[in-house]
Amino acid sequence: MATHGVDTRSTASPGRTLLLRNTWGSKRFRQRARITLSTLVILFGALLMLAPLVWMVSTSLKDEGDVFLIPVQWIPKRILWSNYPAALTFVLYARYFLNSVVVTGLAVLGTVLSSSLVAFAFARLRGPGKNVLFIILLSTLMLPGEVTLVPVYLLFRNLGWLDTYLPLIVPSWFGGSAFYIFLLRQFFLTLPTELDDAAKIDGASLFHIYTQIVMPLSKPALATVAIFSFFTHWNAFLPPLIYLNTSEKYTLPIGLRLYLSTLANSHWNYLMAATLVTILPPLVLFFVSQRFFIQGAVLTGVKG
Amino acid sequence: MSATSLTSPRDRPRRRSKLLIREYIAFYLFASPWLIGLLVFTIGPMVASLYLSFTDYAVIAPPRWVGLENYVHMFTDDPLVWQALRVTTMYSLGAIPLTLIVSFLVALLMHQRVYGVRVFRTIYYLPSVIAGVPVALLWMWILNPDFGLMNNFLRLFGVEGPKWLYSTTWVIPSFVLMSLWQIGVPMVVFLAGLQSIPMHLYEAAEIDGGGLWAKFRHVTLPMMSPVILFVMIELIIDSFQTFTPAFLMTNGGPANASLFYGLYLYNNAFKWFKMGYASGLAWLMFLIILLLTGLVFRSSIRWVYYEGGLRR
Repeated sequence: MATHGVDTRSTASPGRTLLLRNTWGSKRFRQRARITLSTLVILFGALLMLAPLVWMVSTSLKDEGDVFLIPVQWIPKRILWSNYPAALTFVLYARYFLNSVVVTGLAVLGTVLSSSLVAFAFARLRGPGKNVLFIILLSTLMLPGEVTLVPVYLLFRNLGWLDTYLPLIVPSWFGGSAFYIFLLRQFFLTLPTELDDAAKIDGASLFHIYTQIVMPLSKPALATVAIFSFFTHWNAFLPPLIYLNTSEKYTLPIGLRLYLSTLANSHWNYLMAATLVTILPPLVLFFVSQRFFIQGAVLTGVKG
Repeated sequence: MSATSLTSPRDRPRRRSKLLIREYIAFYLFASPWLIGLLVFTIGPMVASLYLSFTDYAVIAPPRWVGLENYVHMFTDDPLVWQALRVTTMYSLGAIPLTLIVSFLVALLMHQRVYGVRVFRTIYYLPSVIAGVPVALLWMWILNPDFGLMNNFLRLFGVEGPKWLYSTTWVIPSFVLMSLWQIGVPMVVFLAGLQSIPMHLYEAAEIDGGGLWAKFRHVTLPMMSPVILFVMIELIIDSFQTFTPAFLMTNGGPANASLFYGLYLYNNAFKWFKMGYASGLAWLMFLIILLLTGLVFRSSIRWVYYEGGLRR
């Protein structure tokens, strides 16, 4: 599926350059003008996209009084790095950060392991009722989480799991999300089966084929799943909101909410500093792993 | 005996079927995490939720069967349900078309081989990496009527901005505006779609004397229509589930002007512990989403173009 997109793109560019070469100056000029105009529009939009983020950084470094100055000061008069230690010790921020790391890490691990096992079954194995199950899998993508919210809450309540991390982690170990299974299945289908067959002749078990052949070849797709599920769990708000009660157990989003209820409308500088540290891990991950995002979109979206 | 049976041609089918049965078992073993999850976290809860929607259940006492009472109450006696539906619809009517148009336009512009396309793609995607609480906090500050970035920006043009989140008329536009900051995912999907349109179609259109508009209208749009359908359905499902920003930024206010359906459902379930009624609300929402996506799919026969007939 992914190769389809790549193929057409690589064959497209020679055609394009050919077209450019064959046209006369005025047409080339018009094209240049169009590209320049497009770039300017895109640039304007990019500034709009960045402005809120820049403003968050700027607010987080301001003195309490300077936050409320009109007109806006983009570069603070006095840069107060001390806002950060102050903001991060105001509540149990370090604790929340650690909680988020643990919960997210375990949930991502479960998602990658379980969704890849299931995707392997759908991509490589025959089984009675497989097509029906695959349709069910796809239709769960359309199911709003709200429909199962109340009974799942009651289930965890009856299990005595309220105020523990289990409700935030355990579901990820049972397939994670249909989206990830679908994404991995699409990728596994693009892998050649000759390797499997060779391994089968050598007497390798299916589990061996999964761990030794399919998984190592699928690192980019697995990374995509890990990254997407990292964002989901790092940003998750509703599950920790309904399952966690003790404030020492809060994850970052719930901790930030606590911040909001105590500080809002007075200490925007602290609030923005705490928010910025919260989004730092996803931002860093995004910058180091950009190509996987594009790949994820190609794998799931275009042929969706 | 066993050695001969392996080579005997008559027995080969049996050996094969044995292998096949082993593969069947393996399929179910590999799929078991999801199958168990499907039963425990999806199908079981769906049945339970349907049952609960016909009961009165406040958690402290066992559920009491009340028949259709919850649904009757929903339609005849609870103006907040209608308010929640109205708010969600207003938001969707603003956010879904605007998100589609803006992200498609951005993707189109970027596809013009603009300078520095990689950098721009990163910048446009960046806000989408942040989600939930941080976005809500940041926009509360941006939309602050007195000191927020938005109204400071408007003052540059001599316009005194509205009270945004504190105004019944402007609270929904505020949420729509916020959603336009996060168009990264549809943009990237559209961009990937544009890149997979074969160049020869454009060349053919050019040979036929087609200009920019003709190429867009007769090549780009039809080729992109399946992708547009996919994104549109995702957006419909998402907008019905809006919860975090409404819960944090306005808590449904002012005067229930931002009482999103997801928020009203949460309030019933976890604030007032009306588990039966909340389950009924969840089913109503599910049916509305099914109906809407069904309608979109049906209409898509007219406007979605599949290369070489129906795909898949």
